[in-house]
Amino acid sequence: MISPTVFFVAIVSSMLINNIVLMRFLGVCPFLGVSRKTESALGMSAAVTFVMLVASVLTYILYYLVLDPFGIEYISTIAFILVIASLVQLVEMFIKRFSQKLYKMLGIYLPLIVTNCAILGIVEINIRENYAVQYGFGAGLAVAVTSALGAALGFALVMFAFSSIRERLDAATVPESWKGVPISLVVAGIMALAFLGLGGIV
Amino acid sequence: MAEKKVAKNPMKKKKKNGRLDILTKGFIRENPIFIFLLGMCPALAVTSTMETGLGMGLLVILVLTGSNVVVSLIRNLIPEQIQIPAFIVVIATFVTIVGMLTEAYAFALHQSLGIFIPLIVVNCLIMGRATSFASKNKVSDSAIDGFGMALGFTFALMLIGATREIFASGAIALGVYLPLPFEISIINTEMYLFNMDVFAGPAGGFIVIGVLLALFTAIGNYRQKKKEAERQAWIEQKKKEAAERKRKKAMESAGDAS
Repeated sequence: MISPTVFFVAIVSSMLINNIVLMRFLGVCPFLGVSRKTESALGMSAAVTFVMLVASVLTYILYYLVLDPFGIEYISTIAFILVIASLVQLVEMFIKRFSQKLYKMLGIYLPLIVTNCAILGIVEINIRENYAVQYGFGAGLAVAVTSALGAALGFALVMFAFSSIRERLDAATVPESWKGVPISLVVAGIMALAFLGLGGIV
Repeated sequence: MAEKKVAKNPMKKKKKNGRLDILTKGFIRENPIFIFLLGMCPALAVTSTMETGLGMGLLVILVLTGSNVVVSLIRNLIPEQIQIPAFIVVIATFVTIVGMLTEAYAFALHQSLGIFIPLIVVNCLIMGRATSFASKNKVSDSAIDGFGMALGFTFALMLIGATREIFASGAIALGVYLPLPFEISIINTEMYLFNMDVFAGPAGGFIVIGVLLALFTAIGNYRQKKKEAERQAWIEQKKKEAAERKRKKAMESAGDAS
């Protein structure tokens, strides 16, 4: 049995200290692309959270039950991206069939997620951290999923904050060549500076 | 098909320029990072020094050229419904090959790029070129397009990397990560007191790209304005000429009448 502190550390470190967008630079495309309105930012975050959790469970199991025993770890990138792509397709069909409301909320973001490096990135990081070697297969899975959840929450937090700032920026007077993405990037840089201050927590 | 035959001659002439055009458009006019904002994740993550940016660019050149060629070769065999998964597998194969090559021959680069080597798979630039160019064009053109676009990407990465490195350490080094036989610093300002470490970190990445983007937009706006002004001047001139002609005509007719 591993202590609950491990989970707490995993969630805080992947949410705040190694924030997926501002510290690890994963998922910057949706961070810039769908952050114009708070509503769409939250929709994207929900879709990412969902897919990230399921994908990290599936790829963990795939890696340690199939790829590792047969000694074919080198095709893990191909295997993972296929898992994610088919998972997204499956989730889309599933949601469409069972919940029209959810489909309306997440539908347009789901196809974008396949090429979202946040998902593949977290999946790869989970494998590289060797949780299964540290804690054993089952507990390692739990830790991996927890840190994936933390990363997704961090993504949602940053998306929400950033989209709120961008909504304000639209009303501000900005020099012409700085309008849109350039000024947003500078704002993101200042946010990253703020997150740098959280470095010493854990 | 019929349309092509009619427009054969001008098309042929255009194509000669076309090859060069395909190769060079990625640098400024259709630069993946500064104009289309594709592949932002590696642009931020691996550009803390110029050399890592260059290394990433070299890998992307290999992957993009290779995947464009293969996608173009199989473009008629793949049904449209499964295009995207098929392309992803092609790209992922090349990325795996390139990852193994760097691990064997450029281990320092492999360590410093880390997770961003497998993440080349989800670089929107590569998928974008596969679907928008290679799946519709000849093999040779696709190869040139892939190479040119990746060169533009490399150029952008090196520009960002050089800016960040010179602010962070006051010098630009070469030979630290790439397996080169020498290790030199290209530029050395030797102003160690003014080094700003923040530029090597994440915040500096965002800010430098933001500033460079604004610069590119400003240049683009300036060019457009200049073009517009030229057009306006041309219209004015034509108007003036027409007015002149009209006046002359009127004078002539007046002279005739008198």
